[in-house]
Amino acid sequence: MARAITTQRKLAFSTAAWIIALLIFFPILWTILTSFKTEADAIADPPLFLGFEWTLENYFIVQERSNYMRFLWNSVLIAVGSTALGILIAVPAAWSMAFVPGKRTKDILLWMLSTKMLPAVGVLYPIRLILIQTGLLDTKAALIFILTLINLPIIVWMLYTYFREIPGEILEAARMDGATLKSEILYVLTPMAVPGIASTILLNIILAWNEAFWTLTLTTVDAAPLTAFIASYSSPEGLFYAKLSAASTMAIAPILVMGWFSQKQLVRGLTFGAVK
Amino acid sequence: MGRITLDNVSKAFGDVEVIPPLDLTIDDGEFVVFVGPSGCGKSTLLRLIAGLEDVSGGQIRIDGEDATLVAPAKRGLAMVFQSYALYPHMSVRKNIAFPMRMAGMDQAEQDRRIAAAAAALNLTDYLDRRPGQLSGGQRQRVAIGRAIVREPAAFLFDEPLSNLDAALRHGMRLEISELHKRLDTTMIYVTHDQVEAMTMADKIVVLQAGVIEQVGSPLELYRAPRNIFVAGFIGSPKMNFFEGEEAAKHGAHTIGIRPEHLSVSLSEGTWKGTVGVAEHLGSDTFMHIHPEANTSETITVRVGGEFTASHGDTIYLTPGADNIHKFDAQGLRIA
Repeated sequence: MARAITTQRKLAFSTAAWIIALLIFFPILWTILTSFKTEADAIADPPLFLGFEWTLENYFIVQERSNYMRFLWNSVLIAVGSTALGILIAVPAAWSMAFVPGKRTKDILLWMLSTKMLPAVGVLYPIRLILIQTGLLDTKAALIFILTLINLPIIVWMLYTYFREIPGEILEAARMDGATLKSEILYVLTPMAVPGIASTILLNIILAWNEAFWTLTLTTVDAAPLTAFIASYSSPEGLFYAKLSAASTMAIAPILVMGWFSQKQLVRGLTFGAVK
Repeated sequence: MGRITLDNVSKAFGDVEVIPPLDLTIDDGEFVVFVGPSGCGKSTLLRLIAGLEDVSGGQIRIDGEDATLVAPAKRGLAMVFQSYALYPHMSVRKNIAFPMRMAGMDQAEQDRRIAAAAAALNLTDYLDRRPGQLSGGQRQRVAIGRAIVREPAAFLFDEPLSNLDAALRHGMRLEISELHKRLDTTMIYVTHDQVEAMTMADKIVVLQAGVIEQVGSPLELYRAPRNIFVAGFIGSPKMNFFEGEEAAKHGAHTIGIRPEHLSVSLSEGTWKGTVGVAEHLGSDTFMHIHPEANTSETITVRVGGEFTASHGDTIYLTPGADNIHKFDAQGLRIA
């Protein structure tokens, strides 16, 4: 009997999981579908699910009107750049917190995370003013720097969790074997933490790619990434849902594909250390 | 060369003093075992010598040179860890080569030493495997190989055998002893297992709560333990202790008698008791006797393997007169 109940439960949970997953995915699916509709079909009432005339027109128009590649390139530079910079800073930071913790290490970790709870808009003006004063507004460098700072707490936290899983004795062995701090991090710690570092990088690229507050408020033209590309289709031309959807689809496609292929790595990374 | 001197060395973690100031000299080529119950500070002491922990006070000298503030890598010591601490992402060859690579040794010399160590440790066929593909004993050998190639002034072993099963442990014990005879290098070995200490050591250092209770050769410690703690810790099974009237007869607060120093008779003897559990090892039998007079909880006695007595039988025990250890109220040995 116990077995039957388990199967029933399994079925119930699976169904619930599927429903939730579909609910979460639905807006994305709807956006993609809408991008293939004509503007008239896009606002049809009742909404058309699949029975509409499929067209690629929106994509051509979007590509004609704005330079998708430039936005894409900016997004790539900003996401990869801020992640690389963040990792460079976070690896030594997480190393020291994991292996030579002080009395305040826990507090520092919590404090770092608490900065993520601050509403970003609270520091929008100071940061904007600083960037205007220094002439860095609408530059990729500024955006890379800001996004590094925004995501650094998460990178440090994730790496700290991974590093904690690495037995300290191995690092001590390296020290006994004559490794300097640099060799210890480079030849022993980093190779052992590769899975963790990889999923941190992946997640952070996704976070940076999707970041829409700072990328919209600190850029105008030169440094504008894909978030700005989408936004440019939302307001000035009224409600052109199909074109907006096409722009959105083009903006999320690269990261969606990347996420799809690195699914395993991401899931492993995010649950790392949770089960042991 | 590997003469290590600890001068007034102490260690505190925050407000907790784990090792009060102590002095100790380890001579070149000696096999010294630090032994004591868990939490006695033996591993901490080893880590102080290794440089993995900083001393809170005192001085550590290696071959006369002050090494107190010298980095672990520069002390010329090699360490073998309890968990082996191999680099899981490197092959056996690279693991063994790591210290030489860090020292910038030339490749030909590295290869020569790796080959020699692998031959000595039966690892030649495994050089291209990863540590994860090796058995516990092989991993331990790799860890030892990694230590050997550096040709250190002294080897430090931190409970290296406690992760191995009993049979393997015995084999590795012999191998390490053999290695010591061959290399004639100072070795410091930490264990909580007094059998390892007795069988391997030239000199045993018994520690309790960070304090050195006694330093001496295995037989010195066995024959003349300086206090009750050492008497109870060294020797297996444990020494039997008697207090009160029995002890008073010998002018002591406590007397101790080892299981192997009691003679057994079915008809007459000093103490009468009934046979409890008997542990048969084949060559020997350890019997736990419940004494009639309530002198101690149970008395352990070693008899020959052929001796038979059933549970509940009456039995008489007589201590060998020369083998009674006497201790005063402070637990110190009375000469």
